This record gives sequence, structure tokens and C-alpha cells, in this order.
Amino acid sequence: MHFESGVGHIGGNLSCIDILMTLYHEVLHADDAFVLSKGHAAGAMYVTLWSVGALSDDDLRSFHKDGTRLSGHPPLRGIPEVLFATGSLGHGLSLSCGLALARKLKQEPGHVFCLMSDGEWNEGSNWEALIFLKHHRLDNLTLIVDLNELQGMGPTRDVADFGPLAGKFRAFGLPTVEVDGHDCVSLEAALRRRESEPVAVVANTTKGNGVSFMENRFEWHYLPISEEQYRQAILELSK
Amino acid sequence: MRQEFCRTLLEFSACPEFVFLTGDLGFMALEPLREAMGRRFINAGVAEQNMVGVAAGLSKSGLRPWAYSIAPFLYARPFEQIRNDVCLQNLPVVLVGNGGGYGYGVMGSTHHALEDYGVLLTLPNMRAYIPAFDSDLRCMIQELMTVKHPAYLRLGYSEQPSWLVPGPYAAWRRILPGDGPTVAFVGPLAGAALDAIRESGLNADSWLVSELPIHRPPPEFLSSVRRSGYLLVVEEHVSGGGFGQMLACELLAAGVCPTRFVLRPALGYVSGLYGSQRFHRKECGLDPESIVSELNHAAHS
Repeated sequence: MHFESGVGHIGGNLSCIDILMTLYHEVLHADDAFVLSKGHAAGAMYVTLWSVGALSDDDLRSFHKDGTRLSGHPPLRGIPEVLFATGSLGHGLSLSCGLALARKLKQEPGHVFCLMSDGEWNEGSNWEALIFLKHHRLDNLTLIVDLNELQGMGPTRDVADFGPLAGKFRAFGLPTVEVDGHDCVSLEAALRRRESEPVAVVANTTKGNGVSFMENRFEWHYLPISEEQYRQAILELSK
Repeated sequence: MRQEFCRTLLEFSACPEFVFLTGDLGFMALEPLREAMGRRFINAGVAEQNMVGVAAGLSKSGLRPWAYSIAPFLYARPFEQIRNDVCLQNLPVVLVGNGGGYGYGVMGSTHHALEDYGVLLTLPNMRAYIPAFDSDLRCMIQELMTVKHPAYLRLGYSEQPSWLVPGPYAAWRRILPGDGPTVAFVGPLAGAALDAIRESGLNADSWLVSELPIHRPPPEFLSSVRRSGYLLVVEEHVSGGGFGQMLACELLAAGVCPTRFVLRPALGYVSGLYGSQRFHRKECGLDPESIVSELNHAAHS
């Protein structure tokens, strides 16, 4: 998809696709809700939705092309599984708080999952949401951080070093699980964890995971992939 | 107006879908609502971006959230949340901004809302409600409890003259009929101005507009402008994106061009000094005396 449409953001898609696949195939129930706060991983979400039959081959082929439903960031409408159009960072966690609080007020079942990037924690609105979800004890909410340690212009520690995120979440009083974000068994256990407080899952991931020339290189946050690179990536991912 | 707002909302407090969020404001005003609504009254803290995002999530889940704060804290700080999460999604979240215009007076510029509805009405699906009098609130709140789009309610201080019976609420009202110059007001400043107009004997044909944007002014208003050939527009809002600019476009589209079109908007901080709402209005020519003076000038020129 990314190769055919000539778009980037592939590094941050590969870092979170194991999380998305685990969530959609092993964890999410009909009453649950998912919000992709790191909207630039829309490609990974579309592929995941395709893998559960919510999108077709033709849908994926239309990615990022004129007239598509599959915009570069999640669309406003047209895909029922996409609840919100995200893309500007720092929105998804507040939206998720609203979904979780509504379930409590309406006494409805279901759990809300929100997938965020680590660079996204530069945004002040997330800290507002963190205070809110803790204060209101939204135990039907799990926030997941795709901790690939790279953001747009470089390593997160070089851009805006806020120290270990897991420690911050613990300081807020959130049960916090640190997990290998590419180990689906560990991920599933972490995502199934329920406490009397909202749970934070810090998934240690690799940007560009599975493609040697992309792994841990921040430039793959943005770069499109050439044909030669595409063939090599497919070869490596097929192993 | 805030007390009346709270009293009227209390009547809806038992509605299970109704959720009220405040950005830690409403002291000495919203306490009865808090008591009545219990868990559905949420103090979201001094965190307006999150409050609006939460409201969008609540709305997406079928609830009817209202989010309240001092007006500029509500429309300016979380503007992107209003844009992305509420308006683009077309969710019926009601934003309630207290202190429209110079309502917070000498508290200073950070607390004034001079460009609120102009800014918000650039966003898709948004509609602004600007009550002039306490008595407007009931109809507005009833409507806002059922709307299917984002809305902004701009609260101020009711200045309804004791003699004035505004009649049934409508988005456009001929509030004080006359055969003199035509004048159109937005918001509570109309109250004191109408009092002065009545005393002056100017017989201005006075209109009050309470919902924006406008789509085609009523034929009676167009007839009034055609007849008088003069239109004064008064609003406690900057000219950019304001009612006056909207109305000018509508008049052109309708082929109604008064000989004189006078816009009296908020002008910011003319002297650089601060004072009461009345002080700032006077500096902008929005006070009753300045309005009557302008109408007098029109009547005799």
C-alpha cells in the first residue's frame, strides 16, 4: 500500500502493527471500542481491519489515492470501525476518556483501548487526559503507548526528553505494564489485564520493525519506499 | 443570565443523556445543577482541551454533553478539539461560553470574547446562539437539548428594559417597530440601547438577531432596509467574521443595498486602558448614547 501510493509513515506503522493485530484478533469484543490516537498509523489500522474482514482488497488498493475512503489519516466517515478522524496528535486519549466515561454513566459494558505514540506525549492535552482518567478511575480504559523512541526529527530523548514514560504513569498511580511490543503473547496478556484503575501498557517497539534498513532509523517516520527497497522489505518480512 | 441559565437547565437535569462539564468555573452559579445532576455533572478541571475531547467522546456514545467555561477559555484554547473532534465529526456538543464580548469588563483582555462566534462559525456544522435577554434562554435551551449539530451558546448579562416585552423567541425579531432608520442588534447590549432609542423618539425600526450564521434575512427586514435606505448594525464582536459582515453579504445577494450601511463592532482596546463592560462599549461606540447619536445623525442627514 505504502509503496504503491508512494507515501511514508511506514516506520511508525511497522512499530505498532503487532499491537493492532493482537488487539483486533485476540482482545477486542463487540462492546469494546478502539481509538487510534497516532493517526499516522492509519495504514497499519487499515491492514488490520482488512485482516478481520472489515475492508476489502480493493479498499487497500485505493489507499491514499483520489476518491479513496482510506485517507492518510483515519477518515471522518465511511468505515464504522474508525470512530474518530485522528491525525493531529494529542486528541485520542481525551476522546477515549469520553467513550469510557459514557459507558460508566450509561452502565454499559465494554472496554476502551487507545493506541498512542511516544512522541505524542509532547502534547499537553495528553497530560490533561491522564489526570482526568486517573481522577475518574476509568478502569474500563487501557492506554497503549507504542514506544519506538523515535519521532519526526529524531530520537524522542533528543527532541523533548521526558524520561521513562512508564515511570510517569506509575507516578500518576496507574497500573503500568511494560511489554515487548512485538511479542504477541505478552501483548495479549497485557491488553487483557484489568484493574480497579485504568491500565497503561507501554509497548517497547522498534520503528520499522522487521525491515533491516528501516529499523530504528527516524527518517522512516516520513520517507516513502523505492521499488528496490520495497522488494527487499517484502523479502525480509516474508522470512 | 447565568442564574437563569442554571435554573432552566435544572428542568432538564433528570434527562439521562444530559451531561454537564465545566472547566472548574461556575462558582456561586452552577451549584444547584451540580447537586441535581450528581455523576452527570463533571468538573473536568482547568483543562479545556481535554474537556472538549471528552465531550466529543460522550456525544459519540449517544449522550448530550454541554461544556462550560469563561468564553475565551472555551473557544480559543481548545480550538483544534472543537474543529477536529466536534465540528468535523458533526457531534451535538453544546459549548457554553460565559461573558460574551466585554462581559468580564475590567478583568482584562484575556477574559473577553470579541471574536468568539466569528471564529467558531468558520467551522462546519456549528451554530451560535446569542441570547439578549434572560427570557430567551428557555427556548434556546429547549432547542439545544435536541439539536443534531455542534452549538455555541454565548452568555452575557441581560439588560432587558422593564417596559420591553420581547414577544415569542425567534432567531430574528422586530423588537421595537418603527418607521425611522433600520437598526439590527446582536446580544444583550440591545437592551440598554433600545431603552435609549425609545426615549429619543427616533422611531428606529429595531431588530434583534439571536442565532448565527444567518441564511436569508426575513422579507420584513429587507423591506425595512429598502424603505429606510439606512442600516446600522451593532454587535459586541469584532467586524471580522461578525454578524455585520454576514448581513452585508446577504443584503448584496438579495439585491438590497442601503444608501448608508454603518457597522458598529467591538474595536478591541481603543485607549489601551481597561474598565467595565460599559467602559469598553463606550470606547467602541457601542453604548446607548453613541448609538442614539448615530441614529440621530442618520435621521437628519
